[in-house]
Amino acid sequence: MKPAVFSYLDPRTVEEALDALGEHGDDASVLAGGQSLVPLLNMRLARPEVVIDINRVPGLDASRVEAAAVRVGALVRAATVEKDPALADALPVLADAVRHIAHPQIRNRTTIGGNVAHADPSSELPAVLAALDGAVVLRSAGGERTVGWEEFFVSVFTTAREPEELVTEVVFPVRPELEFRWTEFARHHGDFPVAGVCLGLDVEDGVVRAARLAATGVGDRPVRLREAEAALSGAALGAETARAVGELARRAVDPPSDVHGSGDFRRAVLATLVRRTIDTWPDRSQRGQRGTAA
Amino acid sequence: MKAETREVTISVNGREMTRRTEVRTLLSDFLRHELGLTGTHVGCEHGVCGACTVLVDGVPMRSCLALAVQADGAAVETVEGLAPEGELSQMQQAMRDEHGLQCGFCTPGILMSMLAAERAGVSCAEACGDVLGGHVCRCTGYQGIRAAVRRRWAALPAARGEETPA
Repeated sequence: MKPAVFSYLDPRTVEEALDALGEHGDDASVLAGGQSLVPLLNMRLARPEVVIDINRVPGLDASRVEAAAVRVGALVRAATVEKDPALADALPVLADAVRHIAHPQIRNRTTIGGNVAHADPSSELPAVLAALDGAVVLRSAGGERTVGWEEFFVSVFTTAREPEELVTEVVFPVRPELEFRWTEFARHHGDFPVAGVCLGLDVEDGVVRAARLAATGVGDRPVRLREAEAALSGAALGAETARAVGELARRAVDPPSDVHGSGDFRRAVLATLVRRTIDTWPDRSQRGQRGTAA
Repeated sequence: MKAETREVTISVNGREMTRRTEVRTLLSDFLRHELGLTGTHVGCEHGVCGACTVLVDGVPMRSCLALAVQADGAAVETVEGLAPEGELSQMQQAMRDEHGLQCGFCTPGILMSMLAAERAGVSCAEACGDVLGGHVCRCTGYQGIRAAVRRRWAALPAARGEETPA
């Protein structure tokens, strides 16, 4: 199918974009990479009166690596994140997660801001944000605010972004004491995962000192698995811990059944991913050999 | 609501083309219907099949997921640009030699992705895996296509053809 009729605006500055959103926000869709919005337009699942294309707005396509966080501009492409050596150095899990998004031809267009603003409940980056306790920067003509991930992700395809607001930046805090890994299961590489897990651990002599665990695909938004984190903290790495924490993760979520599988199936996949990620976690003495996928 | 139109100028395979088109026109439809370049195929129209892949300013992307107005001022390369003199490109020849196509519907998109992959210097393994993974072929089981990619990559400077997957 083809998109229904809409008016098209292509602002050339952030201010123009914010003015357009202020005027048309309720009836407008923001077009960034278009890899989620344009399919919705083609299938007429979305019929906005106005499409505000921000691709010609300068200043939104840069990333900044700061001491406390990696700040990724809303228009930074997934393909750019994959290849950026400064980002890979500061936060390797970001590129690991991004590589699981669709295919190279899609990642050439996919934007980090668009991915997060779309809030697909099976998407990778929202779970990475959850694990890192990240945030989203929203700007309107009235000002700017930074919203933590927990407040930002409201439900399926629904965020705390007001109609007149634009996502300008996504903030991924750097937590150097923790080492993060991304693991997911999809039926076919490039599909949305049945479930995905972002685990961060600080391990000393085989004992977990601190843990962060978040998941995607197992609810209407990304979830932090805090009970599992608490159980990990102070535990010795090993098969027993892996199984116990996987079980806690399974019990913490209640995903709905859909065409891709039953809720129980998603919970089982989550438990397996968590167990396997912990089970295969390299201890410090093996750090030089990282890169063996779970 | 009256359909809004704009004048769009795109360099297509090196030739500047200007047309007035509806702002909702997809780049794929602009190429096919406005310019008559029907080599770019439209399959799923939601970004999954890859048949409509073209290069925009050298970057492979789905032309069904871009608006023609977004390509205003850009340089677009389509399958028609691969053999301007009527002689097959090396990748096209490899596809022919290895029986990399049957119905041919997916072929234009694959050729464009492989052209970009060649230029970017990606490995043969990546071209056969991640890059080809962005294209759906319902005829070949991918064996012939992968054989064609291996043949093409084997003809590239040594370092590139080395890690040839089975």
